[in-house]
Amino acid sequence: MRRYLGRQTLQLVAVILGISLLSFSILHVIGDPVVLMVPETAPREEHERIRKLLGLDQPVWVQYWRFASRAAQGDFGKSWYADMPAFGLVLERMPPTIYLTLAGLGVALLLALPLGTVAALRRHSSIDTLCTMVAVAGQATPIFWLGIMLIIVFAVHLRWLPASGYGTWQHFVMPAFTLGVFLAPITMRLVRSGLIDVLSSDYVKTARAKGLAEGAVVVKHAFRNACLPVITVLGLQFGQLLGGAIITEAVFAWPGVATLTVDSIRNQDFPVVQCAVVLLALIIVAVNFLVDVLVAVIDPRIRVSG
Amino acid sequence: MKAGATPGELELVPAPVTAGGAQGRVLLRRAWRLKWGLAAGVLLAVVVALTVLAGWVAPHDPLAVNIRHRLAPPAWMDGGTRAHLLGTDQVGRDVLSRIVYGGRVSLAVGVGAVLVSATIGVALGLAAGYFGGRTDWTTMTLVNVMLTFPFVLLALAVIAVLGPSLTNMIIVLGVAGWPIYCRVVRTEALALREREFVLAARALGMSHTRIMLRELLPNLVSPVVVIATLQVAQVIILESFLSFLGLGVQPPTPAWGNMLGEGRVYMLNSWWIAAFPGLAIFVTTLTINLVGNALRDWVDPHMKL
Repeated sequence: MRRYLGRQTLQLVAVILGISLLSFSILHVIGDPVVLMVPETAPREEHERIRKLLGLDQPVWVQYWRFASRAAQGDFGKSWYADMPAFGLVLERMPPTIYLTLAGLGVALLLALPLGTVAALRRHSSIDTLCTMVAVAGQATPIFWLGIMLIIVFAVHLRWLPASGYGTWQHFVMPAFTLGVFLAPITMRLVRSGLIDVLSSDYVKTARAKGLAEGAVVVKHAFRNACLPVITVLGLQFGQLLGGAIITEAVFAWPGVATLTVDSIRNQDFPVVQCAVVLLALIIVAVNFLVDVLVAVIDPRIRVSG
Repeated sequence: MKAGATPGELELVPAPVTAGGAQGRVLLRRAWRLKWGLAAGVLLAVVVALTVLAGWVAPHDPLAVNIRHRLAPPAWMDGGTRAHLLGTDQVGRDVLSRIVYGGRVSLAVGVGAVLVSATIGVALGLAAGYFGGRTDWTTMTLVNVMLTFPFVLLALAVIAVLGPSLTNMIIVLGVAGWPIYCRVVRTEALALREREFVLAARALGMSHTRIMLRELLPNLVSPVVVIATLQVAQVIILESFLSFLGLGVQPPTPAWGNMLGEGRVYMLNSWWIAAFPGLAIFVTTLTINLVGNALRDWVDPHMKL
């Protein structure tokens, strides 16, 4: 177990290093911050002055070191737009994003667990085909379009739900459903294939041979083990889930990190963009790491071989 | 679940199930699946043909403004005219014509970006799998970094710096999408490099590059083609999301995404401006996915992608 953890930690460090490099290069290598900050018409001396002021006349690796060491302390500089530290701005918007993500995950599981189970138990039946069709259609749906269609039907015409905003449970219904549809197809496929694998395994046969009721076999023996690949892949898909949350937030004007990031991109407020990108990526890395370790704790085969 | 749920599958006979008459059923099933894929392929061909021939097919100029006919509903609704089958937008441009032309952006970005990411992914995956060791570790760490980063966020941030344009979108979505190819190609290459024909090629003194391109690459074509097909759909959705946010192709050039974004403002009264471009995205990505799935089943039903 200790060796396994050591290997995972080494990879973790490498990934964090990579993220910092990537987010640094977004601004400093691809673009020129001075061009973005100072109007083109300003005199050359002004450009040079700002360049010196920001330390951009130094070699790239010195700049990177400064960015990384400050970022490690939560200092991403001040927002160029609002006169506040970027870190605080981003942190403040984190809770709505996390709630939305969890709600979307919940909806996805509510849809995927029953459908995937039914599809696995009645494999090759018309129900199975129908579930697969729904999953394929779900995967092809652009969720920002789905969100807008939901708004047109349920907010504009039926007036049942608020079109956008944040606060009450009603505000959660459409965004959570939209995000759920984004994640449900892949989850359903995982539940289905996981259950099918497990149902043909020896211990399930033993359980059946013992004369256990089919319900008990499925719920107690098969389902728990089928959850393992679902947890793993969902953990690894957490980045995708957050990506979906970004799209959902944009449609419903959800006051989360994603809306802040998109707004900051429009305002060319790069300290905020960098900070949001780094923090979101760190959350994803942390979740992936926890899932890896959790699965290794549950399933001894992984920490020995993997 | 009560007893009696598909009893055939719950019996304790795993292996012989596929023998005899059941084999015919499996074949029929495969054919049945392919039928969906073929139907989708025909539909996709129609979509592609429509966009390529947009100049002849579209009933109107997609940029022709006609303020007197603004916000006209689709033909079958009250106040709709046969001249504008799917209605007009906020400045009286024909929605149908704009959708037909808008497909060009989506398909160009979809195909272009997939070519870019497949090239990068296959090259790195081949190197990682063939050389192994440190090359492998570095590449896979890079893959992990890329997979950790939310694709959408990365694309947003880079587009914001580079500025929105068709070329930039192809570059960004192409560069962001390579890890999936890299992972699959690496796994395959790892298995292939121990095989006799590769060892023989090495014994003959072939260079590493030549072995990778001449011996390994031909064996990797089918998984790469399957992934690439499915990825075109993903890229189209992402491209339209970027355009939806105003970070993609700039108006007045029609793209499905920016039509959706503009239509959102008018959704209170004129739902069709946003609804139909979205429907076009949905139909296109659905058919691409069905074709991709059929392709995968045909090439190798056990492929896990």
